[in-house]
Amino acid sequence: MTTKYTPDHEYIRVDGSTGIVGITAHAQEQLGDIVFVELPEMGKVLKKGDEAAVVESVKAASEIYSPMAGEVVAVNCLLTEEPGLLNAEPENGGWIFKIKITDAGELDTLLDDAAYADLTR
Amino acid sequence: MAEASSADLKQTPLYERHVTAGGRMVPFAGYALPVQYPSGIMAEHKWTREQASLFDVSHMGPSVLTLARPSGDAEADHAAIAAIIEPLICGDIAGLKPGQIRYTLLLNDKGGIIDDLMVGRPAERPGTLYIVVNAGTKEGDFALIAQAAGDRARLDRADNGGLLALQGPEAAAVMAALLPDATRLGFMQFGTFDWNGVPVTISRAGYTGEDGFEILVPGHMAVALWDELLVDPRVRPAGLGARDSLRLEAALPLYGHDLDDSVSPIEANLGFAVSRRRREAADFPGARRILAERDGQLTRKRVALIVEGAPAREGAEILDAEGSVIGVVTSGGFAPSLGKAIALGFVPPAATAIGTRLQVSVRGRAQQAEITATPFVPHRYFRKPA
Repeated sequence: MTTKYTPDHEYIRVDGSTGIVGITAHAQEQLGDIVFVELPEMGKVLKKGDEAAVVESVKAASEIYSPMAGEVVAVNCLLTEEPGLLNAEPENGGWIFKIKITDAGELDTLLDDAAYADLTR
Repeated sequence: MAEASSADLKQTPLYERHVTAGGRMVPFAGYALPVQYPSGIMAEHKWTREQASLFDVSHMGPSVLTLARPSGDAEADHAAIAAIIEPLICGDIAGLKPGQIRYTLLLNDKGGIIDDLMVGRPAERPGTLYIVVNAGTKEGDFALIAQAAGDRARLDRADNGGLLALQGPEAAAVMAALLPDATRLGFMQFGTFDWNGVPVTISRAGYTGEDGFEILVPGHMAVALWDELLVDPRVRPAGLGARDSLRLEAALPLYGHDLDDSVSPIEANLGFAVSRRRREAADFPGARRILAERDGQLTRKRVALIVEGAPAREGAEILDAEGSVIGVVTSGGFAPSLGKAIALGFVPPAATAIGTRLQVSVRGRAQQAEITATPFVPHRYFRKPA
């Protein structure tokens, strides 16, 4: 299992041919209290960088972009009832959606732990 | 993002306090101000509704207009100073009692709102007015008032000091420990008090819907006052984010968003700010339009909406039940006290009845919305028993 990051603070945790996407702890901290999450539709086909979801804090809406190309095969419905999960455990229970990865090669274009840590330092 | 660099931003006397407390500083009306502290907007909002919060509103524009040649007769001097400002606004200033402050509107010739402001008649200084304008408009407002005053009065800005807003149900109890005399003020009354040898002007007002006080303090004492208020465990600092969500729940309009120089007082649902004497005299800017609108010749009116689903933000289109665009959201967001999305916006008069089912367009998707009574959360101002 590998976790990679975008400069826009999304993560993708890849296990075989699927990847779980969410926002980093750093991102949720910057956004503040999250009050609404708009999830992608199941089956939606995304290119790398496509807008996939929207996370809304009290102040503002922020788009979440897909870190890699793929088809949405699961969404985290818990976030509809409990958007605060995204603040509480962004990299575990607060994941947003899961994709079936189209091009595993795209993984190499993303930031690894060290590079992401540098970015947010 | 095209934001002013922090070097261009003005700092309030409390800047260091915000930074030390972990405030997230953002540019706002030319100032660096905290949008939130580490506890977050939601916690700060709820704390204000349950206890008391302290806001730095030093970016706003307090000022004093003073008659150049007072006669020494308090009533005559008040009438003279009121006569200087009244031609610019729609409020009855001549009729203010000593120690009373009023919410009013600066208007242009077309009846559009240049700013919303507070004008007060100090009890202890006849022939002067205490005027507080918005941060974003203060340069223009001050120029307009100074021009109207000419050599009849002098406008002294007091916006280099500290202006602190203590807001919430515990605000009066907190004030009782600091300046007990100030707790005798009723809603929309103000006075000057001695605090540690410096004069502070305290008004029982705010913009959160809660009981509370706004305290104008000389700049060199602002930090000391801030610190002393925060010693009370019932008081926590709150930022611009909570201030905005609180005023939205209170359905109070925000200049530059819900109000601008095209919007009239009647359209803005601020008809109460057009005082009866002024209405009868029709002697304020844009009177013809405003009085016609008051008689029903109106094309749009500010309403409050409960929104189902995602928050509808400023700029979102308001649609009728059939999907035709009929208006626009001017302020919108999530109401922490209600746990749902709310919005203010403008729609045609036919769609303003409470309970009217409408829609809002959020990211191209139509969501259900309903016209609701204002405020969203009941005001809890302190009314003195008659």
